[in-house]
Amino acid sequence: MKNWFKLGSGARRAGPVANASTLKNTFDRRSMMIGTVQGGVAVLLAARMGYLAIAENEKYRLESESNRVNLSLIPPRRGWILDRDGAPLASNRADFRVDIIPDRLSDADRTIDQIGALLSLEPTRIADIKSEVERSSGFAPIEVASGLQYEEFAALSVRLPDMQGVVPQRGFSRFYPTGSSVGHLIGYVGPASAEEYAEDRNPLLITPGYKIGKDGLEKQFEQNLRGTAGARRVEVTASGRIVRDLETRDDIQGDPVKLTIDGPLQDYAARRIGLESGSVVVMDCDTGDLLCMASMPSFDPNSFSDGIGSVEYAMLREDVRVPLRNKVLQGLYPPGSTIKPMHCLAFLQAGIKPTDAINCGGGRQIGNRFFRCHSSHGRVDMDKAIAQSCDSYFYHFAQVIGFDKVAAMASSMGLGKQFELPVLSQFYGTVPNPDWKEKKFGQPWRPHDTVNSSIGQGYYLTSPLQLAVMSARLATGREITPRLVLSDNVSTPKAYNFGAGEMAIVQQGMNNVVNGYGTARRARLPINDVEMAGKTGTAQVVSLSVSDGRSGPWKYRDHGLFVFFAPFDKPKYAGAVVIEHGGGSGSAYPIARDVMTFMFDPEKGLDALKGMEKSWGGTAQQRLEKRYAAYAAERGASVTPPPRRDEDIFDKVEAEARLAARQSEKIAVDAIAPRQDQIAAGTPPPDATLAPSQGNRE
Amino acid sequence: MSLSGTTARRSVIPEPIARQPWGMLIPLFLLVAFGAAVLYSAAGGSMQPFATSHLLRFAIALGLAAFIASLPREFVRFMTYPAYVIVLVMLIGVEAMGALRGGSQRWLDLGFMVLQPSELMKPVIVVTLAQFYASMPVGMIGTARAVVVPGVMILLPVGLVLMQPDLGTSLAIIFGGAIVMLLAGLPLRWFIGAGLAAAALAPLAFFFGLKEYQQRRVLTMFNPEADALGAGYHITQSKIAIGSGGIFGKGFNNGSQSHLQYLPEPHTDFVFATMAEEWGLIGGLFVIAVFSVILRWGLSVARASQDRFASLLAGGMCATIFFYIAVNLMMVMGMAPVVGIPLPFMSHGGSSMLTNMICIGALMMVNRWNQRAPRGGILSG
Repeated sequence: MKNWFKLGSGARRAGPVANASTLKNTFDRRSMMIGTVQGGVAVLLAARMGYLAIAENEKYRLESESNRVNLSLIPPRRGWILDRDGAPLASNRADFRVDIIPDRLSDADRTIDQIGALLSLEPTRIADIKSEVERSSGFAPIEVASGLQYEEFAALSVRLPDMQGVVPQRGFSRFYPTGSSVGHLIGYVGPASAEEYAEDRNPLLITPGYKIGKDGLEKQFEQNLRGTAGARRVEVTASGRIVRDLETRDDIQGDPVKLTIDGPLQDYAARRIGLESGSVVVMDCDTGDLLCMASMPSFDPNSFSDGIGSVEYAMLREDVRVPLRNKVLQGLYPPGSTIKPMHCLAFLQAGIKPTDAINCGGGRQIGNRFFRCHSSHGRVDMDKAIAQSCDSYFYHFAQVIGFDKVAAMASSMGLGKQFELPVLSQFYGTVPNPDWKEKKFGQPWRPHDTVNSSIGQGYYLTSPLQLAVMSARLATGREITPRLVLSDNVSTPKAYNFGAGEMAIVQQGMNNVVNGYGTARRARLPINDVEMAGKTGTAQVVSLSVSDGRSGPWKYRDHGLFVFFAPFDKPKYAGAVVIEHGGGSGSAYPIARDVMTFMFDPEKGLDALKGMEKSWGGTAQQRLEKRYAAYAAERGASVTPPPRRDEDIFDKVEAEARLAARQSEKIAVDAIAPRQDQIAAGTPPPDATLAPSQGNRE
Repeated sequence: MSLSGTTARRSVIPEPIARQPWGMLIPLFLLVAFGAAVLYSAAGGSMQPFATSHLLRFAIALGLAAFIASLPREFVRFMTYPAYVIVLVMLIGVEAMGALRGGSQRWLDLGFMVLQPSELMKPVIVVTLAQFYASMPVGMIGTARAVVVPGVMILLPVGLVLMQPDLGTSLAIIFGGAIVMLLAGLPLRWFIGAGLAAAALAPLAFFFGLKEYQQRRVLTMFNPEADALGAGYHITQSKIAIGSGGIFGKGFNNGSQSHLQYLPEPHTDFVFATMAEEWGLIGGLFVIAVFSVILRWGLSVARASQDRFASLLAGGMCATIFFYIAVNLMMVMGMAPVVGIPLPFMSHGGSSMLTNMICIGALMMVNRWNQRAPRGGILSG
């Protein structure tokens, strides 16, 4: 301050009387001032530096460390899903993959095009990735490609410095050896959605390359399969190049889940369904183990795990055979005649004797109305009623004992029930009775309701799983419950209160269906000393005036059903086959025959299948791939993208499944004129052929 | 002729060596050597490509400084205006070549070397103004002539340099010139007025005179964390480097900020941060202390001179070196915007080494004049 003052007055004095000596004085003073200012700056800088280096040292040391050290999670290897013999239904495959993190991309479109060119991705895939990036939450990685060749991986890796936000890495990807055969059962995996991350803020969920279960058992057993992430601390440069590893903690693989499923049988059954749309369930009669839950056509979980492509999704959506629906659990069908043996058991319990007979004259008078049978059977007792599926017999005795009692038996045999299974969704179906109808429709129970229900039509709705459980219970007389996860503690299920004679009568009737004078003689097993017993069923979905049930529009054709158990004398396996719109039971029992043949003699079973697959154009997996290629070539450019969340896809599928189950409700308002067991006209369902057909699509 | 101060050592050390200003030179050598060590580390523990050329450039520039120091006073005064005109023409030449080739240019390729005329202008403007005020009659120091002519002399090159555009060098030229004007004894109220005018014009200059990236840099200075990955990145990383060094540093060759390339320009503009990360506060205080010694010596040389030309020249040279140091250090510590000004004697770069050694040479020259002719009268070759 003092200096400034002096300088000021000095300058003023210097103005008028400047001379060499005053200028020298001024110079001295001002240079002194400059020196002082410089010294001040030096002190200021030293103080500032001291502040940074001492007071804020802690803060900056942390920031320097967080610059230097990059902690990355190593996604844990997912636990395997095994079949009952320990063979993998879902395993992991080491591969090279590339993800992008939208937040870190500077120019997303350009980078994606660049990667697309490097990896020669298809244009539809590139378009899918771009739209995914657009609607992504930013921080969550998006898979670009997996299963890369080493050369492609290397080509991408060397260009990394110019590609911010691109993460190529070595990792493991999920692999389903039998592909679409297990699609509905196992489900698939995919990157966690923003909603899933919001629910479970585990950093693992947004680690590139990490996937969680999205459907089926993969989702159900997510916590068991997940495992524990490893971690890797690396020193990285500003541009993200890894300089060296500092520390690595290995991941711990998730626990395996061992299923009761018999892998080869599951695959065989799925392939055997062929061009049809249907499901096959096989259970172990001793333990309730579900050996096979095949539902076809299906999706390929391997390809879903890479993200559901729009072309793929559109193809699956447009297929009238609904490949996204798990028909074992979410397919509901009128059981048709397949419940007749079980109804006989209800009759026996109500005091009807096996020898009590009626006369079938092409139908029967119930009350004041004549209800038709599909044939004229003459004198019919219980054995013949089962073997030849005489409707008149069931009209009559259901009327005699009242349908309430029949319905109670149906419920105790597992129809209209859910089972304790690790599945995401299973449908109850309907076992109609007077109370139910009153509650649901506000209408009294009428004679034609008894008539329809007595032959498994009308409001009756069952899932293939329930039918399989029913036949297992019929075969054993025990309250078998299905189970999907293998464990050692097997308790013998409770026995029903049936007389041994009662069971024998019903089982003999079912044996006669196949091995006697019944409706499914062609279902006889081509194996000596093993006999299969069963019961056919043909479920009408529209009235006779709309369709004859076996030809014409596919979706009006009858469902074909078959329930069975084998061997007849000492039941070990029981199951059900349901073929949607197969045109009659003739579409179902040959499949049951071949599946059981495979069970007892795999070679014979496979020989039969191979011949058929030749005429169908390959295995289910091969046909799916060919169909996709043809579809992509034809429709690739004009498809609607799939819903943003995978959950939406399956919610939609489930809602539609419920709607589809009500198809037969319309004709339940009046009596159904039943039809002879029959097989379809022989034309495969639309969409079963390789090229997408244009007609007959909803 | 000899001076009494050196008589004691005359018997051991030859007189031409003994009369050199070792009080300044030894700290300077230490600083350059220290700079070379830091550059060695910045290159990832290698003499190439920075440290060797740094030492080589210093050796050449030291030779140039010794040559300048030997120049006679009259010759310097005689050559001042021609030198100013030549550098000005070179600046115009750079501008013209840039216009011809389309795009800005700062260098003149002379065939055997690349010359940056704006760098030369920093010492030349100081000499020119010193010459102007030394030859102006003392009574005219309060008149308009004392400010208008030097003003034009400063603004001509500043305008050309701004067109390049090079804000940092422009400011350095203005600063050097202004300090000479201050030391020449211009009325203080003019500086206060100019300061007020500059404060008023600064917002206008900011919004209309600066390019967008320059504006961002200025804004970033006030809040570097707001844009940690954009314009604030440089300052943030520099502060992390300095702050994480602590008192004793992370050790030689152990700086992660510089070695992993988080620090931008670890060998030029941000060499101080590179140093501070590895040598800590101790290293920083050493550097600041050496600079203080050099500048203190420079100012003492200026004050010791009885000759108006020589004292103004020395004061201006000190100011030029000071400007480099202050702006660079304030920048790396987050107290000034990021302008491309290197740290004298430590940063890797030929132009800055050349300019600063010209300043040192000029100071040594004045020091020699002081020794030869303390009263500013007699001259000798």
